[in-house]
Amino acid sequence: MFSTKNFNRSKPILFLLILFPSLLWVYQFLTGNLGVNPIEKLMDELGLMALRLIIVTLMITTLSNIKAIKSIVILRRMIGLFAFYYVCLHFSTYIVLDHFLDMQFIIQDIIKRPFITFGFISFLFLIPLASTSTNKMIKKLGFKLWKKIHYLIYPVAILASLHFYVLVRADKTEPVIYMGIILLLLLHRIFKRLIRPQLAQ
Amino acid sequence: MKILGSEITPYKTYLNRRKFIQGSFASALLATVSSSVLAKHNTDPSIYNQFMNENDKVNSYEEITTYNNFYEFGTHKKHPHLNSGDFKPKPWSVKIDGLVKKPMTIDLEKILSKVTIEDRVYRLRCVEAWSMVIPWQGFQLSELIKMAEPLSSAKYVQFVTVFRPEEMPGQKKRTINWPYREGLRMDEAMNPLTILATGLYGHEMPNQNGAPMRLVVPWKYGFKSIKSIVEIRFLDQQPETSWETLAPWEYGFYANVNPTVNHPRWSQGTERRIGEFKRRETLMFNGYEKEVAHLYKDLDLTKFY
Repeated sequence: MFSTKNFNRSKPILFLLILFPSLLWVYQFLTGNLGVNPIEKLMDELGLMALRLIIVTLMITTLSNIKAIKSIVILRRMIGLFAFYYVCLHFSTYIVLDHFLDMQFIIQDIIKRPFITFGFISFLFLIPLASTSTNKMIKKLGFKLWKKIHYLIYPVAILASLHFYVLVRADKTEPVIYMGIILLLLLHRIFKRLIRPQLAQ
Repeated sequence: MKILGSEITPYKTYLNRRKFIQGSFASALLATVSSSVLAKHNTDPSIYNQFMNENDKVNSYEEITTYNNFYEFGTHKKHPHLNSGDFKPKPWSVKIDGLVKKPMTIDLEKILSKVTIEDRVYRLRCVEAWSMVIPWQGFQLSELIKMAEPLSSAKYVQFVTVFRPEEMPGQKKRTINWPYREGLRMDEAMNPLTILATGLYGHEMPNQNGAPMRLVVPWKYGFKSIKSIVEIRFLDQQPETSWETLAPWEYGFYANVNPTVNHPRWSQGTERRIGEFKRRETLMFNGYEKEVAHLYKDLDLTKFY
């Protein structure tokens, strides 16, 4: 039904759509239209967008099991790279705008505050994913090793949602929804990999 | 460093000054004086800045009324401003009970006729590591306590926020075990810095800031300064407080602003003053050390945070 061509055609539009919020927020930040506490707001928006995109990449893998839209998987790389883009902006807002490159303070913050620890590890795990995202790298590493590296997306998603969960003070509904989605997507994979083959035997 | 948080102007002087400003405007503009002039005066920070030292500039009316933590109206900072329109702070009465000679339910109007309303320009430091400078109008809590005549056995004061889920949409969700509760030790409650605020920037207290009457304890994290108070109870034991009940490892009963006591979620060493780009150092007791440090001489503040 939806061919590779269809998905390929949607790529430029999708690219602009996902890029747009970051441009808008930076513009609003620079023009003083991000509210009373703009640094906090910028950081929160960027972080939330990154988490949502991480979840979308996991969803795409699951959706690609459906025959009619199995080519959707070709969108995964772009969205994954955008997730990394938003994480980088989120992290640099924290380093540069929030703490003005006070590295001693930042290191203490990362060690002492569990939610920042989770977020930071999640960011570190994303680096090998982003840097091995080209076709060339897949060839160079071999698909098996490449795939192994990209299993890192699971700890990335879990840590990122935990980072959000711990940050929220009282109403945990939103982070719980994200964690629930991640859990369902992981359960589906486990079912597909481990349980279904056994049932088939 | 000069710390002027406790600077006090009698409300009369404040009213006179307001009259003077209105007068000068009136003569300049003759008959064209409109309510907008008054409105401008009421949101103009410059008249309050004289009460603070050169390091502290009063935050704008907009900043103070659009960025609030008041979970009764929702958990986002903008929710109290957006969702508090249906709240009716009038008429209002307060129940005073527990260990007092004269338990009573008293109309706010009646309280106001018996107390002295003053300007108090205070720094407010949120536990989330942001801060503001706010020009309150209110009266010392000690005045009300004296009226209630607590028994000598009363060692603590508990405060309770109104519970009206129909007017406060955030209360429909059990994010906190409503109603919100806070408390102070008697000597903290009697401290001259502790006020019940009924106004802000010369306006009646806006709904999102805790209309019609709220506590302001400027040396403690903001969550201690409970809003929309309907009950004040005198007790012989330390009362349960909302945030401490919800997460005791994060929030203590005392909740004194203290840059040296670590918090699992936010560093308390620095803060962002709303309206400023770079963070600033957080001061011990939010800069009110001279006025309140003696209250905690014998207390291990790392244990009793």
